[in-house]
Amino acid sequence: MRALLLRDLRLAFRAGGGFGLSLAFFLMVAVIVPLGVGPAPATLALIAAGVLWVGALLAALLSLDRIFALDYEDGSLDLLATSPLPLGGVVAMKALAHWLTTGLPLVAASPILAVLLNLPTQGYVWLLVSLAIGTPALSIIGAFGASLTVGLKRGGLLLGLLVLPLYIPTLIFGAEVVKSGAEGASIGTPLAALAAITAGAWAGLPLAAAMAIRANLR
Amino acid sequence: MSIWEYANPKKFMETSALLLPWLTGLSAALLGAGLFWGYFLTPDAAKFGSTIKIIYLHVPAAMMAISAWMMMLVASLIWLIRRHHVSALAAKAAAPIGLTFTLIGLVTGAIWGQPMWGTWWAWDPRLTSFLILTLFYFGYIALWQAIEDPDTAADLTAVLCLVGSVFAFLSRYAVLFWNQGLHQGASLSMDKQENVSDVYWFPLLVCIAGFVLLFVTLVLLRTRTEIRARRMAALLSRERLA
Repeated sequence: MRALLLRDLRLAFRAGGGFGLSLAFFLMVAVIVPLGVGPAPATLALIAAGVLWVGALLAALLSLDRIFALDYEDGSLDLLATSPLPLGGVVAMKALAHWLTTGLPLVAASPILAVLLNLPTQGYVWLLVSLAIGTPALSIIGAFGASLTVGLKRGGLLLGLLVLPLYIPTLIFGAEVVKSGAEGASIGTPLAALAAITAGAWAGLPLAAAMAIRANLR
Repeated sequence: MSIWEYANPKKFMETSALLLPWLTGLSAALLGAGLFWGYFLTPDAAKFGSTIKIIYLHVPAAMMAISAWMMMLVASLIWLIRRHHVSALAAKAAAPIGLTFTLIGLVTGAIWGQPMWGTWWAWDPRLTSFLILTLFYFGYIALWQAIEDPDTAADLTAVLCLVGSVFAFLSRYAVLFWNQGLHQGASLSMDKQENVSDVYWFPLLVCIAGFVLLFVTLVLLRTRTEIRARRMAALLSRERLA
Protein backbone atom coordinates (compact mmCIF):
# COMPACT_ATOMS: atom_id res chain seq x y z
CA MET A 1 0.00 0.00 0.00
CA ARG A 2 2.80 2.36 0.84
CA ALA A 3 4.48 1.50 -2.44
CA LEU A 4 1.25 2.34 -4.25
CA LEU A 5 1.00 5.67 -2.46
CA LEU A 6 4.60 6.54 -3.27
CA ARG A 7 4.10 5.52 -6.88
CA ASP A 8 1.07 7.75 -7.25
CA LEU A 9 2.84 10.65 -5.59
CA ARG A 10 5.86 10.23 -7.83
CA LEU A 11 3.68 10.10 -10.92
CA ALA A 12 1.84 13.23 -9.86
CA PHE A 13 5.04 15.15 -9.20
CA ARG A 14 7.00 14.07 -12.24
CA ALA A 15 4.33 13.92 -14.90
CA GLY A 16 3.48 17.55 -14.20
CA GLY A 17 0.25 19.15 -15.22
CA GLY A 18 -2.17 18.04 -12.55
CA PHE A 19 -0.23 19.00 -9.49
CA GLY A 20 0.16 22.75 -9.79
CA LEU A 21 -2.89 23.18 -11.92
CA SER A 22 -5.61 22.91 -9.30
CA LEU A 23 -3.66 25.24 -7.03
CA ALA A 24 -3.45 27.77 -9.85
CA PHE A 25 -7.17 27.33 -10.43
CA PHE A 26 -7.85 28.03 -6.75
CA LEU A 27 -5.82 31.23 -7.06
CA MET A 28 -7.79 32.19 -10.18
CA VAL A 29 -11.11 31.86 -8.37
CA ALA A 30 -9.88 34.05 -5.53
CA VAL A 31 -8.72 36.68 -8.02
CA ILE A 32 -11.72 36.59 -10.31
CA VAL A 33 -14.41 36.90 -7.67
CA PRO A 34 -13.38 40.38 -6.43
CA LEU A 35 -13.17 41.49 -10.06
CA GLY A 36 -16.74 40.33 -10.49
CA VAL A 37 -18.38 41.60 -7.32
CA GLY A 38 -16.35 44.76 -6.80
CA PRO A 39 -13.52 45.60 -4.39
CA ALA A 40 -15.57 46.86 -1.40
CA PRO A 41 -13.78 45.34 1.64
CA ALA A 42 -17.02 44.82 3.58
CA THR A 43 -18.61 42.77 0.77
CA LEU A 44 -15.49 40.71 0.32
CA ALA A 45 -15.20 39.99 4.03
CA LEU A 46 -18.79 38.76 3.98
CA ILE A 47 -18.33 36.32 1.11
CA ALA A 48 -14.68 35.32 1.66
CA ALA A 49 -15.43 32.10 3.53
CA GLY A 50 -17.91 30.88 0.94
CA VAL A 51 -15.75 31.83 -2.02
CA LEU A 52 -12.69 30.07 -0.64
CA TRP A 53 -14.68 26.89 0.04
CA VAL A 54 -16.37 26.91 -3.35
CA GLY A 55 -12.96 27.51 -4.91
CA ALA A 56 -11.54 24.51 -3.04
CA LEU A 57 -14.47 22.41 -4.24
CA LEU A 58 -13.99 23.33 -7.89
CA ALA A 59 -10.22 22.94 -7.71
CA ALA A 60 -10.64 19.45 -6.30
CA LEU A 61 -13.19 18.62 -8.98
CA LEU A 62 -10.82 19.57 -11.79
CA SER A 63 -8.23 16.97 -10.95
CA LEU A 64 -10.59 14.10 -10.09
CA ASP A 65 -10.66 12.26 -13.40
CA ARG A 66 -6.89 11.75 -13.12
CA ILE A 67 -7.30 9.54 -10.05
CA PHE A 68 -8.19 6.43 -12.05
CA ALA A 69 -8.28 7.41 -15.73
CA LEU A 70 -4.58 6.96 -16.54
CA ASP A 71 -4.36 3.65 -14.70
CA TYR A 72 -7.51 2.48 -16.41
CA GLU A 73 -6.12 3.30 -19.84
CA ASP A 74 -2.77 1.57 -19.45
CA GLY A 75 -4.19 -1.44 -17.63
CA SER A 76 -2.57 -0.91 -14.24
CA LEU A 77 -6.01 -0.72 -12.69
CA ASP A 78 -6.74 -4.30 -13.80
CA LEU A 79 -3.49 -5.39 -12.18
CA LEU A 80 -4.31 -3.55 -8.99
CA ALA A 81 -7.77 -5.11 -8.93
CA THR A 82 -6.36 -8.62 -9.24
CA SER A 83 -3.52 -7.99 -6.78
CA PRO A 84 -3.78 -9.31 -3.21
CA LEU A 85 -4.41 -5.77 -1.98
CA PRO A 86 -8.05 -5.11 -1.10
CA LEU A 87 -9.47 -2.85 -3.79
CA GLY A 88 -10.95 -0.57 -1.14
CA GLY A 89 -7.43 0.00 0.16
CA VAL A 90 -6.21 0.81 -3.34
CA VAL A 91 -8.97 3.41 -3.67
CA ALA A 92 -8.13 4.90 -0.28
CA MET A 93 -4.44 5.17 -1.18
CA LYS A 94 -5.23 6.80 -4.50
CA ALA A 95 -7.55 9.27 -2.80
CA LEU A 96 -4.86 9.97 -0.21
CA ALA A 97 -2.34 10.65 -2.98
CA HIS A 98 -4.89 12.97 -4.59
CA TRP A 99 -5.33 14.81 -1.33
CA LEU A 100 -1.59 15.14 -0.70
CA THR A 101 -1.02 16.58 -4.17
CA THR A 102 -4.07 18.85 -4.49
CA GLY A 103 -5.79 19.26 -1.12
CA LEU A 104 -2.78 19.87 1.09
CA PRO A 105 -1.18 22.60 -1.11
CA LEU A 106 -4.58 24.22 -1.24
CA VAL A 107 -4.83 24.27 2.55
CA ALA A 108 -1.35 25.78 2.75
CA ALA A 109 -2.12 28.46 0.17
CA SER A 110 -5.53 29.41 1.56
CA PRO A 111 -4.34 32.05 4.11
CA ILE A 112 -2.64 34.00 1.32
CA LEU A 113 -5.82 34.02 -0.72
CA ALA A 114 -7.78 34.94 2.39
CA VAL A 115 -5.74 38.16 2.49
CA LEU A 116 -6.86 38.93 -1.05
CA LEU A 117 -10.47 38.39 -0.04
CA ASN A 118 -10.19 40.41 3.16
CA LEU A 119 -11.22 37.61 5.52
CA PRO A 120 -11.50 38.92 9.12
CA THR A 121 -8.36 38.00 11.10
CA GLN A 122 -10.16 35.73 13.54
CA GLY A 123 -11.19 33.56 10.62
CA TYR A 124 -7.68 32.52 9.50
CA VAL A 125 -7.22 29.73 12.01
CA TRP A 126 -10.65 28.30 11.27
CA LEU A 127 -10.10 28.55 7.53
CA LEU A 128 -6.97 26.44 7.90
CA VAL A 129 -8.63 24.01 10.29
CA SER A 130 -11.82 23.59 8.26
CA LEU A 131 -9.95 23.08 4.98
CA ALA A 132 -7.51 20.66 6.61
CA ILE A 133 -10.40 18.60 7.98
CA GLY A 134 -12.75 19.01 5.03
CA THR A 135 -10.59 18.59 1.92
CA PRO A 136 -9.84 14.89 2.61
CA ALA A 137 -13.58 14.30 2.33
CA LEU A 138 -13.55 16.09 -1.04
CA SER A 139 -10.81 13.73 -2.25
CA ILE A 140 -12.50 10.49 -1.23
CA ILE A 141 -15.96 11.57 -2.45
CA GLY A 142 -14.30 12.60 -5.68
CA ALA A 143 -12.54 9.24 -5.94
CA PHE A 144 -15.94 7.56 -5.63
CA GLY A 145 -17.31 9.75 -8.42
CA ALA A 146 -14.25 9.03 -10.55
CA SER A 147 -14.71 5.29 -10.01
CA LEU A 148 -18.24 5.56 -11.42
CA THR A 149 -17.16 7.34 -14.59
CA VAL A 150 -13.80 5.66 -15.19
CA GLY A 151 -15.08 3.53 -18.06
CA LEU A 152 -16.57 6.42 -19.98
CA LYS A 153 -14.94 8.17 -22.90
CA ARG A 154 -16.12 11.63 -21.99
CA GLY A 155 -16.85 11.37 -18.30
CA GLY A 156 -15.66 14.84 -17.33
CA LEU A 157 -18.94 16.73 -17.34
CA LEU A 158 -20.86 13.81 -15.91
CA LEU A 159 -18.31 13.56 -13.11
CA GLY A 160 -19.11 17.13 -12.11
CA LEU A 161 -22.82 16.45 -12.19
CA LEU A 162 -22.41 13.38 -9.98
CA VAL A 163 -19.90 14.71 -7.50
CA LEU A 164 -21.06 18.26 -6.83
CA PRO A 165 -24.35 17.24 -5.15
CA LEU A 166 -22.34 14.88 -2.94
CA TYR A 167 -20.11 17.80 -1.95
CA ILE A 168 -23.00 19.87 -0.62
CA PRO A 169 -22.91 18.81 3.07
CA THR A 170 -19.12 19.23 3.23
CA LEU A 171 -19.38 22.67 1.67
CA ILE A 172 -22.13 23.82 4.01
CA PHE A 173 -20.38 22.75 7.19
CA GLY A 174 -16.93 23.84 6.01
CA ALA A 175 -18.03 27.33 5.05
CA GLU A 176 -20.07 27.55 8.24
CA VAL A 177 -16.98 26.87 10.38
CA VAL A 178 -15.07 29.70 8.71
CA LYS A 179 -17.99 32.10 8.82
CA SER A 180 -18.79 31.51 12.48
CA GLY A 181 -15.10 31.54 13.33
CA ALA A 182 -14.63 34.89 11.58
CA GLU A 183 -17.56 36.33 13.50
CA GLY A 184 -16.16 34.98 16.76
CA ALA A 185 -19.19 32.73 17.26
CA SER A 186 -18.94 29.16 18.50
CA ILE A 187 -17.89 26.64 15.86
CA GLY A 188 -18.25 23.36 17.75
CA THR A 189 -21.24 21.89 15.92
CA PRO A 190 -20.26 22.50 12.29
CA LEU A 191 -16.68 21.49 13.01
CA ALA A 192 -17.80 18.22 14.57
CA ALA A 193 -20.20 17.59 11.67
CA LEU A 194 -17.44 18.32 9.15
CA ALA A 195 -15.08 15.89 10.89
CA ALA A 196 -17.87 13.31 11.02
CA ILE A 197 -18.46 13.60 7.27
CA THR A 198 -14.77 13.18 6.55
CA ALA A 199 -14.43 10.18 8.85
CA GLY A 200 -17.63 8.56 7.57
CA ALA A 201 -16.71 9.15 3.94
CA TRP A 202 -13.27 7.58 4.41
CA ALA A 203 -14.80 4.63 6.18
CA GLY A 204 -17.57 3.84 3.68
CA LEU A 205 -16.77 5.24 0.27
CA PRO A 206 -13.62 3.19 -0.52
CA LEU A 207 -15.84 0.08 -0.42
CA ALA A 208 -18.49 1.65 -2.65
CA ALA A 209 -15.80 2.87 -5.05
CA ALA A 210 -14.25 -0.62 -5.13
CA MET A 211 -17.65 -2.04 -6.08
CA ALA A 212 -17.98 0.51 -8.88
CA ILE A 213 -14.49 -0.22 -10.19
CA ARG A 214 -15.18 -3.96 -10.26
CA ALA A 215 -18.35 -3.31 -12.26
CA ASN A 216 -16.39 -1.09 -14.64
CA LEU A 217 -13.61 -3.61 -15.19
CA ARG A 218 -15.92 -6.53 -15.84
CA MET B 1 -45.24 -18.74 -3.94
CA SER B 2 -43.01 -15.88 -2.97
CA ILE B 3 -42.62 -12.30 -4.02
CA TRP B 4 -39.44 -13.21 -5.93
CA GLU B 5 -41.58 -14.99 -8.48
CA TYR B 6 -42.29 -11.57 -9.96
CA ALA B 7 -38.58 -11.07 -10.56
CA ASN B 8 -39.06 -13.35 -13.54
CA PRO B 9 -39.63 -10.94 -16.43
CA LYS B 10 -42.23 -13.19 -18.03
CA LYS B 11 -44.23 -13.49 -14.83
CA PHE B 12 -43.81 -9.76 -14.25
CA MET B 13 -45.13 -8.92 -17.72
CA GLU B 14 -48.15 -11.17 -17.28
CA THR B 15 -49.06 -9.85 -13.85
CA SER B 16 -48.47 -6.21 -14.71
CA ALA B 17 -50.54 -6.57 -17.89
CA LEU B 18 -53.41 -7.79 -15.72
CA LEU B 19 -52.99 -5.06 -13.12
CA LEU B 20 -52.33 -2.07 -15.35
CA PRO B 21 -55.86 -1.30 -16.61
CA TRP B 22 -57.23 -1.49 -13.07
CA LEU B 23 -54.47 0.69 -11.65
CA THR B 24 -54.85 3.21 -14.46
CA GLY B 25 -58.58 3.45 -13.95
CA LEU B 26 -58.35 3.64 -10.20
CA SER B 27 -55.69 6.34 -10.15
CA ALA B 28 -57.56 8.36 -12.76
CA ALA B 29 -60.76 8.07 -10.73
CA LEU B 30 -59.10 9.00 -7.44
CA LEU B 31 -57.18 11.90 -8.95
CA GLY B 32 -60.25 13.16 -10.79
CA ALA B 33 -62.43 12.89 -7.70
CA GLY B 34 -59.84 14.33 -5.34
CA LEU B 35 -58.97 17.27 -7.56
CA PHE B 36 -62.60 18.03 -8.36
CA TRP B 37 -63.53 17.83 -4.68
CA GLY B 38 -60.57 19.99 -3.76
CA TYR B 39 -60.97 22.62 -6.44
CA PHE B 40 -64.71 23.07 -6.63
CA LEU B 41 -66.30 21.78 -3.45
CA THR B 42 -64.14 23.26 -0.70
CA PRO B 43 -64.38 26.85 0.57
CA ASP B 44 -61.54 29.37 0.30
CA ALA B 45 -59.32 29.39 3.38
CA ALA B 46 -59.39 32.45 5.61
CA LYS B 47 -55.71 33.29 5.37
CA PHE B 48 -54.84 31.78 2.04
CA GLY B 49 -57.84 32.62 -0.09
CA SER B 50 -58.21 30.40 -3.10
CA THR B 51 -54.44 29.79 -3.29
CA ILE B 52 -54.92 27.00 -0.76
CA LYS B 53 -56.15 24.83 -3.58
CA ILE B 54 -52.71 24.30 -5.02
CA ILE B 55 -52.09 22.14 -1.96
CA TYR B 56 -53.82 19.27 -3.77
CA LEU B 57 -51.02 19.17 -6.32
CA HIS B 58 -48.14 20.46 -4.25
CA VAL B 59 -48.23 18.16 -1.24
CA PRO B 60 -48.83 14.82 -3.03
CA ALA B 61 -46.19 15.61 -5.66
CA ALA B 62 -43.67 16.52 -2.99
CA MET B 63 -44.43 13.37 -1.01
CA MET B 64 -44.10 11.17 -4.08
CA ALA B 65 -40.84 12.87 -5.08
CA ILE B 66 -39.25 11.56 -1.89
CA SER B 67 -41.06 8.21 -2.00
CA ALA B 68 -39.86 7.64 -5.56
CA TRP B 69 -36.26 7.99 -4.43
CA MET B 70 -36.95 5.55 -1.57
CA MET B 71 -38.42 3.08 -4.03
CA MET B 72 -35.34 3.46 -6.24
CA LEU B 73 -33.17 2.81 -3.20
CA VAL B 74 -35.02 -0.41 -2.36
CA ALA B 75 -34.98 -1.56 -6.00
CA SER B 76 -31.25 -0.81 -6.24
CA LEU B 77 -30.58 -2.83 -3.10
CA ILE B 78 -32.55 -5.76 -4.49
CA TRP B 79 -30.53 -5.55 -7.70
CA LEU B 80 -27.22 -5.45 -5.85
CA ILE B 81 -28.12 -8.31 -3.53
CA ARG B 82 -30.24 -10.65 -5.65
CA ARG B 83 -29.39 -9.54 -9.20
CA HIS B 84 -32.97 -9.43 -10.45
CA HIS B 85 -32.99 -7.48 -13.70
CA VAL B 86 -36.59 -6.38 -13.33
CA SER B 87 -35.61 -4.63 -10.13
CA ALA B 88 -32.83 -2.64 -11.78
CA LEU B 89 -35.14 -1.70 -14.65
CA ALA B 90 -37.84 -0.60 -12.20
CA ALA B 91 -35.34 1.71 -10.51
CA LYS B 92 -34.38 3.09 -13.91
CA ALA B 93 -38.03 3.55 -14.82
CA ALA B 94 -38.86 5.35 -11.57
CA ALA B 95 -36.16 8.02 -11.83
CA PRO B 96 -37.70 10.30 -14.49
CA ILE B 97 -41.07 10.01 -12.77
CA GLY B 98 -39.54 11.02 -9.47
CA LEU B 99 -37.78 13.92 -11.16
CA THR B 100 -41.06 15.07 -12.68
CA PHE B 101 -42.78 14.95 -9.28
CA THR B 102 -39.90 16.94 -7.78
CA LEU B 103 -40.23 19.58 -10.48
CA ILE B 104 -44.02 19.71 -10.03
CA GLY B 105 -43.43 20.20 -6.32
CA LEU B 106 -40.96 23.01 -6.94
CA VAL B 107 -43.05 24.77 -9.57
CA THR B 108 -46.36 24.59 -7.70
CA GLY B 109 -44.47 25.70 -4.60
CA ALA B 110 -43.15 28.74 -6.46
CA ILE B 111 -46.63 29.56 -7.76
CA TRP B 112 -48.00 29.25 -4.26
CA GLY B 113 -45.13 31.16 -2.70
CA GLN B 114 -45.47 34.17 -4.96
CA PRO B 115 -48.80 35.45 -3.57
CA MET B 116 -48.22 34.10 -0.05
CA TRP B 117 -44.62 35.06 0.73
CA GLY B 118 -44.24 37.66 -2.01
CA THR B 119 -41.42 35.74 -3.62
CA TRP B 120 -41.05 32.88 -6.07
CA TRP B 121 -38.06 31.46 -4.34
CA ALA B 122 -36.49 31.68 -0.91
CA TRP B 123 -33.50 29.73 0.38
CA ASP B 124 -35.72 28.09 2.91
CA PRO B 125 -34.41 24.71 4.18
CA ARG B 126 -37.24 22.74 2.61
CA LEU B 127 -36.99 24.44 -0.75
CA THR B 128 -33.23 24.08 -0.79
CA SER B 129 -33.28 20.39 0.06
CA PHE B 130 -35.76 19.81 -2.72
CA LEU B 131 -33.52 21.60 -5.17
CA ILE B 132 -30.68 19.36 -4.02
CA LEU B 133 -32.88 16.30 -4.51
CA THR B 134 -33.45 17.47 -8.09
CA LEU B 135 -29.69 17.51 -8.61
CA PHE B 136 -29.41 13.94 -7.32
CA TYR B 137 -32.12 12.84 -9.76
CA PHE B 138 -30.30 14.55 -12.63
CA GLY B 139 -27.04 12.82 -11.75
CA TYR B 140 -28.70 9.42 -11.46
CA ILE B 141 -30.50 9.70 -14.80
CA ALA B 142 -27.40 11.06 -16.52
CA LEU B 143 -25.35 8.09 -15.31
CA TRP B 144 -27.92 5.63 -16.71
CA GLN B 145 -27.79 7.42 -20.04
CA ALA B 146 -24.02 7.55 -20.21
CA ILE B 147 -23.16 3.86 -19.83
CA GLU B 148 -23.77 1.49 -22.69
CA ASP B 149 -23.47 -1.93 -21.08
CA PRO B 150 -26.80 -2.45 -19.25
CA ASP B 151 -25.43 -4.56 -16.38
CA THR B 152 -22.57 -2.17 -15.66
CA ALA B 153 -25.02 0.73 -15.81
CA ALA B 154 -27.34 -1.04 -13.37
CA ASP B 155 -24.47 -1.75 -10.98
CA LEU B 156 -23.04 1.75 -11.05
CA THR B 157 -26.38 3.54 -10.75
CA ALA B 158 -27.35 1.26 -7.87
CA VAL B 159 -24.15 2.14 -6.01
CA LEU B 160 -24.74 5.82 -6.80
CA CYS B 161 -28.29 5.53 -5.47
CA LEU B 162 -27.05 4.06 -2.18
CA VAL B 163 -24.33 6.64 -1.66
CA GLY B 164 -26.58 9.41 -2.95
CA SER B 165 -29.26 8.50 -0.43
CA VAL B 166 -26.82 8.91 2.44
CA PHE B 167 -25.62 12.24 1.12
CA ALA B 168 -29.10 13.49 0.28
CA PHE B 169 -30.05 12.72 3.87
CA LEU B 170 -26.96 14.53 5.15
CA SER B 171 -27.74 17.49 2.91
CA ARG B 172 -31.20 17.72 4.38
CA TYR B 173 -29.76 18.18 7.87
CA ALA B 174 -26.87 20.31 6.71
CA VAL B 175 -29.34 22.66 5.03
CA LEU B 176 -31.46 22.87 8.18
CA PHE B 177 -28.33 23.85 10.07
CA TRP B 178 -27.10 26.25 7.40
CA ASN B 179 -30.23 28.32 7.36
CA GLN B 180 -30.42 28.81 11.10
CA GLY B 181 -29.98 32.44 11.95
CA LEU B 182 -30.31 33.53 8.35
CA HIS B 183 -34.04 33.85 8.40
CA GLN B 184 -36.85 32.36 10.36
CA GLY B 185 -37.98 30.15 7.50
CA ALA B 186 -41.40 30.79 6.06
CA SER B 187 -43.65 28.36 7.83
CA LEU B 188 -44.92 25.52 5.71
CA SER B 189 -46.89 24.05 8.57
CA MET B 190 -49.92 23.76 6.31
CA ASP B 191 -48.47 20.33 5.59
CA LYS B 192 -49.19 19.12 9.06
CA GLN B 193 -52.40 17.37 9.66
CA GLU B 194 -53.36 19.35 12.75
CA ASN B 195 -53.09 22.62 10.88
CA VAL B 196 -55.41 21.68 8.08
CA SER B 197 -59.06 21.48 8.85
CA ASP B 198 -60.94 18.38 7.75
CA VAL B 199 -62.55 20.22 4.85
CA TYR B 200 -59.14 20.31 3.14
CA TRP B 201 -57.72 17.18 4.70
CA PHE B 202 -60.08 14.61 3.15
CA PRO B 203 -59.75 15.71 -0.49
CA LEU B 204 -56.01 15.96 0.14
CA LEU B 205 -55.96 12.35 1.29
CA VAL B 206 -57.80 11.27 -1.85
CA CYS B 207 -55.31 13.19 -3.99
CA ILE B 208 -52.37 11.61 -2.19
CA ALA B 209 -53.83 8.14 -2.77
CA GLY B 210 -54.34 9.10 -6.42
CA PHE B 211 -50.73 10.22 -6.76
CA VAL B 212 -49.43 7.02 -5.16
CA LEU B 213 -51.44 4.92 -7.62
CA LEU B 214 -50.39 7.16 -10.48
CA PHE B 215 -46.77 6.57 -9.52
CA VAL B 216 -47.25 2.79 -9.32
CA THR B 217 -49.04 2.78 -12.68
CA LEU B 218 -46.33 4.82 -14.39
CA VAL B 219 -43.53 2.73 -12.90
CA LEU B 220 -45.17 -0.51 -14.06
CA LEU B 221 -45.76 0.95 -17.51
CA ARG B 222 -42.22 2.23 -17.88
CA THR B 223 -40.72 -0.98 -16.51
CA ARG B 224 -42.68 -2.91 -19.14
CA THR B 225 -41.27 -0.59 -21.78
CA GLU B 226 -37.75 -1.14 -20.45
CA ILE B 227 -38.21 -4.91 -20.48
CA ARG B 228 -39.46 -4.80 -24.07
CA ALA B 229 -36.54 -2.57 -25.06
CA ARG B 230 -34.14 -5.03 -23.42
CA ARG B 231 -35.75 -7.95 -25.28
CA MET B 232 -35.54 -6.06 -28.54
CA ALA B 233 -31.86 -5.29 -27.99
CA ALA B 234 -31.24 -8.98 -27.28
CA LEU B 235 -33.07 -10.01 -30.47
CA LEU B 236 -31.19 -7.48 -32.56
CA SER B 237 -27.81 -8.56 -31.26
CA ARG B 238 -28.70 -12.22 -31.86
CA GLU B 239 -29.65 -11.32 -35.43
CA ARG B 240 -26.37 -9.53 -35.93
CA LEU B 241 -24.44 -12.57 -34.73
CA ALA B 242 -26.36 -15.01 -36.91
